[in-house]
Amino acid sequence: MRTDISKINETTPHQDLTEGLMVFAGGTSKQFNTGEWRTNTPIFHEDLCKQCLLCTPTCPDGCIPVINSKRQAFDMDHCKGCGICAAVCPFGAIEMKEGNV
Amino acid sequence: MAIKERMSGNEAVAYAIRQVNPDVMPAFPITPSTEIPQMVSTYIANGEMDTEFIPVESEHSSMSAAIGAEAAGARSLTATSSAGLALMWEELLLAASNRMPLALTLVNRTLSGPININCDHSDGMGARDTGWIQIYAENNQEAYDNFIQAYPIAEDERVHLPIMICQDGFITSHAVENIELLEDDKVKDFVGEYEPEEFLLNPGKPVAVGPYSVSNYAMEAKKNQEIAMENSKEVILEVAKKFAEMSGRQYGLFEEYRTEDADYIMLLMGSAAGTAKEAVDELRAKGHKVGVLKLRVFRPFPAKEIAEALRGCKAVAILDRCESYNGNGGPLGSEVMAALFREKVMIEAVNYIYGLAGRDFTVTEVENVFAELAEMVENDKEVEQYQYIGLRK
Repeated sequence: MRTDISKINETTPHQDLTEGLMVFAGGTSKQFNTGEWRTNTPIFHEDLCKQCLLCTPTCPDGCIPVINSKRQAFDMDHCKGCGICAAVCPFGAIEMKEGNV
Repeated sequence: MAIKERMSGNEAVAYAIRQVNPDVMPAFPITPSTEIPQMVSTYIANGEMDTEFIPVESEHSSMSAAIGAEAAGARSLTATSSAGLALMWEELLLAASNRMPLALTLVNRTLSGPININCDHSDGMGARDTGWIQIYAENNQEAYDNFIQAYPIAEDERVHLPIMICQDGFITSHAVENIELLEDDKVKDFVGEYEPEEFLLNPGKPVAVGPYSVSNYAMEAKKNQEIAMENSKEVILEVAKKFAEMSGRQYGLFEEYRTEDADYIMLLMGSAAGTAKEAVDELRAKGHKVGVLKLRVFRPFPAKEIAEALRGCKAVAILDRCESYNGNGGPLGSEVMAALFREKVMIEAVNYIYGLAGRDFTVTEVENVFAELAEMVENDKEVEQYQYIGLRK
């Protein structure tokens, strides 16, 4: 009964949908680009960033990836533009811009 | 060998629950269903079953916990009545749309107001569009037998829907009558173990239950749910056949009592069918061709089958133990008449409301209804098409 979520889309006939629209698979929310909802967008000023990493754990959507103790660019596929990261940044390295930039 | 006993309807259902021994039972007390969780928790305390009993703080919680347990992979159930069922309203629909085959033993009681604790069907009828299978019992024996058939119906892969096993408050739930019980091992064999293919507490096989569904998906999901409800009809009949082989007791979507050549038929559900049958026997002895159609399965609604069963009669009295406040009749009246029209069965039909909030329903009243149908058909008497039985006026 495992679900291949990549085979279900908005043209799938009802017979081919899962029972109760349950998803019999893990980690499938990654394929849902919630970044489309964004009405404000964080802009990262790398030159001002001191890599304190305060922003990363405050992101409710896990959209600030860290590799080798260094924060990377925002994951704009899933960032909803809430602005919490910009509010906690002590160095003004994150600026919020209006709109889905 | 069948076990001869004397039990109330609540005792009978609690006894069946002990025999089935489901995994989880969250419940909150409400008259007249309180005895069921009370007796089940006594069985558990005495070590006669090992169901996990959860004393929750409301019916909203009992249904939520039952759904959660079922999704986790456990066979679950709860019991309630009246306002308790009303408080479950939101979760009832979720149990069905999430395709959870859990059970609810409903002891039918009126909904306020005026505030009252006695029997009518307004609680069950209020839940008629929630996507639950609903099976109604005439007496303690049927309540017991219906509960034993509940999980095999709900858990069938063609169905996967929740099921409500209903009995009339006090009249059935508290009256002690003779009953024939089945042996524990027979019941356990019949119901079997619950082995869902997918469930939440299944390491390495993650599942998302009840995810948000945008408009592009929700209608398709509802259609699939509706198909499952349609499928349940044949499953109910298959399970009934298997049950008959084990117990010797026959069940269908409805029972036809002395209807084969009947000119006048009374259609109703629940304990009042016993009263109607008594009246039919008396009238038959005097040569009147009358019969009773007792509806057992209200959801799925056997529209076509009912229409065919009524095709040969001259008039039907459709009895509702529930007011719909729509100015047009009760739920059974509306649905049976729609079924007759769709199948082009053009007989006379009168909708009667009876027994609200525990009002007695007597053999004499049944006889009066049959007399009125005969007057209407034979002497062209004008009959009010939607009326109350036993109303002071």
